[in-house]
Amino acid sequence: MIDIALPKGRLGEKVYQILEEAGYPCPAIREENRKLVFEDVRSGVRYFWVKPSDVGIYVERAAADVGIAGKDILLEHQPQVYELADLGVGRCRMCVAGKKDFRDSRGRTLRVATKFPKIAKSYYSACSRDIDIIELHGSIELAPLLGLSDVIVDIVETGKTLLENGLEVKETVVPISARLIANRASYKFKYEEIVRLCRRVEEHCRRAGYLGEEEIR
Amino acid sequence: MEGPQTERVVRQLRELYRRYGYTQYRMSKFEPYDLYVRNKSFLVSEDILTFTDADGRLMALKPDVTLSIVKDAKKGSGLQKVCYSENVYRTSPMSRSFREIMQTGLECVGEIDLVAMGEVLLLAAKSLETVSGDYLLDVSHLGLAAGLLDSAGLPEEGRRELWAHMGEKNVPALLACCRELGLDGDTAGSLCRLTSLYGPPEELLPELEGMVRGERMAAALEELGAVCALVPEGRLRLDFSIVSDMDYYNGLVFRGYLPGLPDSVLSGGRYDNLLRQMGRKDAAIGFAVYMDLLDRLEGGPDGPDADVLLLYKDGTPARAVLEEAGSLRQAGQSVRVERQVPEGLTFRTVRKAGERG
Repeated sequence: MIDIALPKGRLGEKVYQILEEAGYPCPAIREENRKLVFEDVRSGVRYFWVKPSDVGIYVERAAADVGIAGKDILLEHQPQVYELADLGVGRCRMCVAGKKDFRDSRGRTLRVATKFPKIAKSYYSACSRDIDIIELHGSIELAPLLGLSDVIVDIVETGKTLLENGLEVKETVVPISARLIANRASYKFKYEEIVRLCRRVEEHCRRAGYLGEEEIR
Repeated sequence: MEGPQTERVVRQLRELYRRYGYTQYRMSKFEPYDLYVRNKSFLVSEDILTFTDADGRLMALKPDVTLSIVKDAKKGSGLQKVCYSENVYRTSPMSRSFREIMQTGLECVGEIDLVAMGEVLLLAAKSLETVSGDYLLDVSHLGLAAGLLDSAGLPEEGRRELWAHMGEKNVPALLACCRELGLDGDTAGSLCRLTSLYGPPEELLPELEGMVRGERMAAALEELGAVCALVPEGRLRLDFSIVSDMDYYNGLVFRGYLPGLPDSVLSGGRYDNLLRQMGRKDAAIGFAVYMDLLDRLEGGPDGPDADVLLLYKDGTPARAVLEEAGSLRQAGQSVRVERQVPEGLTFRTVRKAGERG
């Protein structure tokens, strides 16, 4: 039996569909109820939904053997886990964005609003830039509009929200997509099961065209 | 702090190491901060608890035992074989705050040969077996991947990112990184294969033979095969994603896992490079068992808190109560004496003082 932590939300739905089609269906998960854990003995899996930013913690502490988390979460929280595959779904970019007319000057400390303080800090320290981090938990785009910050570091999928608010992408920090992660001890004790799941999921993602040429070995 | 299971394990490990002639090593709780600053990257976590000593020197609560032992190890007098169980103070990656962690382990410093390496690996296996027969001992040799990159002509500076991806078993990122560094397809392929390989040595060693490039890699593989052959098969696995800090470690490295625990409980390897940085020419190998993780194996309280709860009334003569409890204990039972049933505790039987039966 493999315990799998799925990220609640749109990405999670998509990922469950991939797992289902890759040979790990669990019909109970589609039923409308308030259950938190869904088990399918025939597939040998147990699914549960968790807050996307908590997936790493569940897997690091072996409450789940494997999980699916966005690369943004892995970079921000750096859980001690194995990162076994890139599913190629949930693609977006971690970007620096600001008002269209904003002119950066290295003469001042840059005020950066973000949900991802670690990523922002390491990005700017790599370019030796002194910044003032403003950690927010939502509506990041508001910060530069109200003058709370100069720029934001956030996930950009289509750029529509930015556009509608007179903001634009200034730099791309890192591309993001969903990753299959595994607990390090579970990987050893359930080696065959986990590697089989990983292979099937990867094959499925390749067939479905989620992985570009670059990512194919 | 430590539960009964941990106490038992510490006792058994101490006895195990004593039977192999390792001498007990006791040390002070603190060391000059200086020692740790100079060797910061040898430490598991860089956070160190410091305070100022009476004479104004900056001291640290020791975050690590190995550094203290190596610093004091005598030179040129055969092998130094010592074992310890000490508390160390560090932030664990799981909790991200300072904790007192009980660590038990051993170090062997001097001219390390195949006998010494085999003995230490065997002791690592036996240490894990003390807790559970279902353990897994993962073994790697850092010379394999390093030798591969040597023969591809990649300088040391470019390797840090490769090691990080190997440690995560992140093959797609590793491949991308190889491309960026301009490594040839064969080297990149072998590196990815090394990263994803996992299994018993007898299964994997033949495949590794085919990957060998250059003398360093060949020597590493030969040593790995020779050491593995000295330890009983079955619980041994090869895993080349173990990439400890190569500024300090070299050669054989290993990690021990127990079912039911989320991360490795035993960690060790050859650390000749540390000695070299301290200006010594000899070698060293050792390992540590992290006792804080073992506590989690204990689960809830299984048995009752005592066999018998002996209840007495205010008027009962004290001597009679104590004598009755004493005779029950003599019959091999544990007895708790109280006037009323305590809350939250369980007992196999409850009896009233003075009542036979």
